[in-house]
Amino acid sequence: MSTLELFELPFMQRALIAALLTGLAAPAVGTFLVQRRLALMGDGIGHVAVTGVALGLLTGTSPTWAAVLVAIVGAVAIEIIRERGQTNGDVALALLFYGGLAGGILVSGLAGANGSRIQQFLFGAITTTSPQDVIITLVLAVAVIGCCVGLSPQLFAVAQDQEFARVAGLRVRFYNVLVAVLAAVSVTVAMRTVGLLLVSALMVVPVATAQQVTRSFRTTIAAAMALGTLASVGGLVVSALAPAGTSVTPGPTIVLLALAGFVLAWPVGVWLRHRARLREPFAPVGPVAHETTGTHPHEHGPDCGHLAVPHVDHVDYVHDGHRHAPHGAHYDEH
Amino acid sequence: MTPAVEISGGTVAIGGRPILRGIDLSVRTGEFLALMGANGSGKSTLVRALVGLRPLAQGEVRLFGTPLDDFGTWHRIGFVPQRASAASGVPASVWEVVAAGRLTRRRLFRPLSRADRAAIHEALEVVGLADRRTDAVSHLSGGQQQRVLIARALAGQPELFLLDEPTAGVDLPNQEALAATLGRLKDRGATVVLVAHELGPMRRLVDRAIVMRDGRVAYDGPPLRDHEVHEPWFAEPHTHHHHPVAEARPRPDHAPHVSSPLDRPSGGERS
Repeated sequence: MSTLELFELPFMQRALIAALLTGLAAPAVGTFLVQRRLALMGDGIGHVAVTGVALGLLTGTSPTWAAVLVAIVGAVAIEIIRERGQTNGDVALALLFYGGLAGGILVSGLAGANGSRIQQFLFGAITTTSPQDVIITLVLAVAVIGCCVGLSPQLFAVAQDQEFARVAGLRVRFYNVLVAVLAAVSVTVAMRTVGLLLVSALMVVPVATAQQVTRSFRTTIAAAMALGTLASVGGLVVSALAPAGTSVTPGPTIVLLALAGFVLAWPVGVWLRHRARLREPFAPVGPVAHETTGTHPHEHGPDCGHLAVPHVDHVDYVHDGHRHAPHGAHYDEH
Repeated sequence: MTPAVEISGGTVAIGGRPILRGIDLSVRTGEFLALMGANGSGKSTLVRALVGLRPLAQGEVRLFGTPLDDFGTWHRIGFVPQRASAASGVPASVWEVVAAGRLTRRRLFRPLSRADRAAIHEALEVVGLADRRTDAVSHLSGGQQQRVLIARALAGQPELFLLDEPTAGVDLPNQEALAATLGRLKDRGATVVLVAHELGPMRRLVDRAIVMRDGRVAYDGPPLRDHEVHEPWFAEPHTHHHHPVAEARPRPDHAPHVSSPLDRPSGGERS
């Protein structure tokens, strides 16, 4: 079967749509979670959602809707613990996570579900997406993206500084719960694509990659959504093109691709930050005394190759541990 | 004329212990009030009670004559919380942080209007950071970040400013820049409530000083010199603390912190 034929298969097209939507929605919510330093919240919700899936299997209802409900309950519980707690309440959250995962495995055992059935939810099974699943994914993902983009000024302000937002008259608790619900919904949207145990990666890794090179929130969220889409669609295609005889699942491929993006962006970020630090203007303090350099055969200029750093109203040239400022025909030590 | 902000018989309890007791304070429109006192004297708690971040156990706060619970015109208030940094977990530009201050006047799902943009730009001009608007806030110095926080409060074009220790940990040139900014606000007729450990260059702006001591008002009158505030009858001798943010919240010990809905360790703080 050729590559082209593969993409003509209906299940593959459904999988591509699901991957595209997941890749857009997960980093959009993830940006607000990272902004509030709650990067692991998606992971926690994912663990709690395992219990939801198992309850769905046990009661014979849709595992997806059961997961949505339980994930929302779990996310709101995490939000309440966080709000009441003195710190991020990370230990309390950890207790909830373990309870969710252990409960899920136990209940699915009671439901008589075999290991491969629950594994579909833990690590994703995007190629088994039914047309109905695609519609659910579409509706939920569009709702998540719409809220994240449309309410971004409010969500940004609340995540940036809760107290300021409250005095600005924003209903902070409403927005906190909204972010928790959006995170829960996007976890269940991403459940089919990357699985509940890896879902947080798609919410956090593209954001971490984007912020290596960005300076503003707007570009961070846009770049994170683009990178998330690239990773999820790219990961799906790579896993589909894996040689016959191997079983490469899309979930881990997507996550590893996203991580590869981070590994590439990280050194760039380190270099950019280093460069920005070097070029930061020197403190607006004059030199201690008028101290001229000794013999200075080199002539500094815009293209002389030495680092030029603004210092009050002039430029200091930095080389060999000196800061040389041009002064008439000679240079001053600054 | 109704006072800009008024608290009568105000008592604030944190974790069941009364911290502020029997506070009566009324700030005239156009007044520049300095709220001073040693660490732990309750000056930050008082300003947080004035904006509703700390519920009152007893008494009443009125903003522009309206009781706090009924108050809805938050665009008239500009609050600068006590922060060591204006940055958060994701990069944000100076412009974006200041634009958040405009939310008091924006409707949902509407883009920034021309008036919004003009107000944000003007706020940046007033604090002297217009040329840094595309930079990430985290790249700014501590003093510049404090000015970003003030610009954020300015962007909503409020009438009453409440600033919680904007000068903590800020070097002298930046304190002077802050004083110049507040001077411009004062000239425009804004009412200012400034919480400060030391006034420094702000001293010339202050019309009236309140000195807090152990949760009560110990002095109310013309501004004092910095050393007078630390006289023994006001508080414990002068200690040079410049890390109020770190002190404000004692770090919890290593016992796992599990809070139940019944447990309100922050003393019933609303959020």
